[in-house]
Amino acid sequence: MAERTSPARRPRALRRLCRNSGVLIGGGLLALIVLIALFAPLLAPHDPLAQDLTRRLLPPFWQERSVPEHLLGTDHLGRDYLSRLIYGARVSLGVGAGVILVSGSIGITLGLVAGYFGGWIDMVISFIITARLSLPIVLVALAAVALGGASLTTLVTVLGLLLWDRFAVVTRAAAQSLRHREFILGLRALGAGKARILFLEILPNMQATILVVLSLEVANVILLEAALSFLGLGVRPPTPSWGLMISEGRDNILFDPWLIALPGSALCLLVLAVNLLGDGLRDVTGPVQR
Amino acid sequence: MTESLLDIQNLRVSIPTERGMLNAVRGVDLRIGRGETLCLVGESGCGKSLTATAVMGLLPRHARITCDRFDLMGEDLTARREAKLSRLRGREVTMIFQDPTSALNPTLTVGRQLTEAVRRSEGLSRAAAEDRAVEMLERVGISNPGARLAQYPHGFSGGQRQRIMIASALMERPRLLIADEPTTALDVTIQAQILRLLKELQGELGLSLLLITHDLGVVAAMASDVAVMYAGRIAERAAARDLFQQPRHPYTQGLLAAIPVPGVTPRGAPLSAIPGRVPELIGEMPGCAFRERCARATPACDRDPLPRPGRGGGFVECVHATEAAR
Amino acid sequence: MLSFLSRRLFVAFCVCLTVSGLSFALMFLAGDPAIAIAGSGGRAEDAEAIRIAYGFNRPLLVQYFDWITSALRGDLGQSIYFNIPVTEIIASRIGVTLTLGCVAFVVALAIAVPLGIAAALGPNGWIDRIALMIAVSGQAIPSFWLGLMAIVVFGVWYGWVPISGAETWQGYILPVIVLSYYAVPELMRITRSGMIDVLSTDYVRAARAKGLPMHLVVSRHALRNAILPLVSLSAVQLGQLLSGSIVIESVFALNGLGRLAWESLLRSDLPVVQAIILILALLYVVLTTLADILNAGLDPRLRGGA
Repeated sequence: MAERTSPARRPRALRRLCRNSGVLIGGGLLALIVLIALFAPLLAPHDPLAQDLTRRLLPPFWQERSVPEHLLGTDHLGRDYLSRLIYGARVSLGVGAGVILVSGSIGITLGLVAGYFGGWIDMVISFIITARLSLPIVLVALAAVALGGASLTTLVTVLGLLLWDRFAVVTRAAAQSLRHREFILGLRALGAGKARILFLEILPNMQATILVVLSLEVANVILLEAALSFLGLGVRPPTPSWGLMISEGRDNILFDPWLIALPGSALCLLVLAVNLLGDGLRDVTGPVQR
Repeated sequence: MTESLLDIQNLRVSIPTERGMLNAVRGVDLRIGRGETLCLVGESGCGKSLTATAVMGLLPRHARITCDRFDLMGEDLTARREAKLSRLRGREVTMIFQDPTSALNPTLTVGRQLTEAVRRSEGLSRAAAEDRAVEMLERVGISNPGARLAQYPHGFSGGQRQRIMIASALMERPRLLIADEPTTALDVTIQAQILRLLKELQGELGLSLLLITHDLGVVAAMASDVAVMYAGRIAERAAARDLFQQPRHPYTQGLLAAIPVPGVTPRGAPLSAIPGRVPELIGEMPGCAFRERCARATPACDRDPLPRPGRGGGFVECVHATEAAR
Repeated sequence: MLSFLSRRLFVAFCVCLTVSGLSFALMFLAGDPAIAIAGSGGRAEDAEAIRIAYGFNRPLLVQYFDWITSALRGDLGQSIYFNIPVTEIIASRIGVTLTLGCVAFVVALAIAVPLGIAAALGPNGWIDRIALMIAVSGQAIPSFWLGLMAIVVFGVWYGWVPISGAETWQGYILPVIVLSYYAVPELMRITRSGMIDVLSTDYVRAARAKGLPMHLVVSRHALRNAILPLVSLSAVQLGQLLSGSIVIESVFALNGLGRLAWESLLRSDLPVVQAIILILALLYVVLTTLADILNAGLDPRLRGGA
């Protein structure tokens, strides 16, 4: 069934994707940031970790006293701000992708199993989801990172183990509705294995839904990483993370507010891009718009 | 024909969509006299529900509506139609819907839903309004109505809910009732009961009825005037008896031929179906809208067909229409 | 109704039990708490002494049972850092968090609900577009950054409000605005979509066909039904505001629970962290359970029977 409809639908879906301004703007912006992150070593004018205490807190180009080598100035340790911003994209995107990989696999598996099998399995998994939702995320993540030792790996693992709930909720609902569709019933009648039905038939049929959740969750993770790094329990210095940069610039906000304005704007732009893309995808793939 | 209660000429409803202007109703004339019934028949998507919603003034905001004449109860509503209609809704003209389950608010008691409008429009006290509600419920055949006012809609069966809807619609003694597929969502046995109830009430209250349906069986049961709608226009209008005996428009003929008649249709014979699909109503479409599916189509059909008169104020819009008897 | 209530309460109880177990276990999942308390420079003998003093050498289940029974009696243990009962510290701090969270929640509702309704009444109109812009920007701006920028602009440049602390009520203005700004988008979206769903139902059309004017249709018929998903989300959002204010409290230097948790983490004061996690989780469970019960009261179908 899916095979028969998809070739005819794909060009139309593509055209609809391209007409959606959210997808275009968000997707374009995200692609740009991804490219910047990928080619950071080529784009960054300086080593993001190189300190030069003789050139501390130089202002960006629109202010007096700025120097042309440091287009966006330097931080309190004399590190080039533009280079740190460029490398910061790597941290945000890397953490985002890593966490989603972990949380997505957990959430999708749980949701699929719960939705497809139903019964007591569903009850147990739903209960796990409820319990997980009641945990205060920021605090638990903070505590886990603090106890596990602040490092990128700990951060990704902890967030990955915590943020699977939305994946689970959505895939569970989707699996429930797909479970009784004719083509699945037909496969079951033919004696197809459960794993095969789950991962080769049901999963591909909900990729649109998962894609939407995925984009929204990436935005969520990026914001959380920034918040945790800001609180000093996320990415460890001197790694250039935007959240950490805001936290480091905080002591100088009275005289140099650009120190937090720049990384904050970068964060906003990235999250906005991901959100626009996600919302656009939801509009395009979702049921008919009202 | 008696003095007309509703008189609409050249009604057009257009809805802007992603793919262009959807001209869903393309010049419809409607006339209903006092105490008369008009059945509006057609396939889904032919514009019959939109026509009814336009008469109520309840179209979605982005819909565009024009007409040459819009008289209700002898009052001219062509100008400032929205404002004037909002004053007449409920009191003079009201509507019931296809699915009584979704047409009753699940979170309010039946009593509240029956009385809220009449208390406001006629300034009745709660007790007086409830007295009338009990009276109406009794009339539509709900047993023990006094006790049931306090119940919520989910405590009633589908047929009962449609009766409640009818009672609710008639609380303010309107003169025109629009019924949009009132029996489609109900069991066959209940359908007949509801139609009989509507007919009785119509006689008692001198009600005019605009009945929208896709079911020719309903038309036969109500034995009224019929307007057959196709692609946003009325293809043929006639008295029900004439229409069943001698349909003139090829589309009407096709519709009737698609119904098996016990004892007449040979056992095992394939039922006839109208070939092709309902056209999409995007943009302008000159000529007869049915010509693509019509066996009698000729180049003459490329021009707009003019209405040809029939018996008793009826007409048919087809160059090749079967001539009326006599 | 009764069976619904008891079922819902039973689930809530099980969730509480699980969550308490989790927050208890958290301290052991990450490693030996005794070493954490002793600090990185601590000697092995110190850690051993701590182990015995705090009872960490007993079986985990015994420790958990001990912890949960005393928690039920209102004893959440001693703070390692302050050396006074955890409940006392929490009692002195919880007021700030509750005030901040609740006021921010009320402000957010007061903005989100009217805006959502107005947006739903004219989809794609100008109010809808403005609302969408607020929602999109609200979801993209990190709250701690917005807080800092607000301090710079309104506290430093204009000097309208104090830049930190909550000695006076003015100190709450910026934190409340920032925190509510974060809660508005979702509340507004769900109001809007709920209203749009309800406004397209037959019973709203029927109410209008009966001649009810639009404002009565909205207030009597539409809102009552559109409010059901809003109630559920409100519980979740209030819970998140209370637990999410940790970031805002540290930005504005407010002495609430969140800041206490953060400071306790930095000085390895685990009993305090444990207790705060437990309290926030319990608050969340209570809120969502209340919301479910409230919804059942609003929707006669959920009550079961007529």
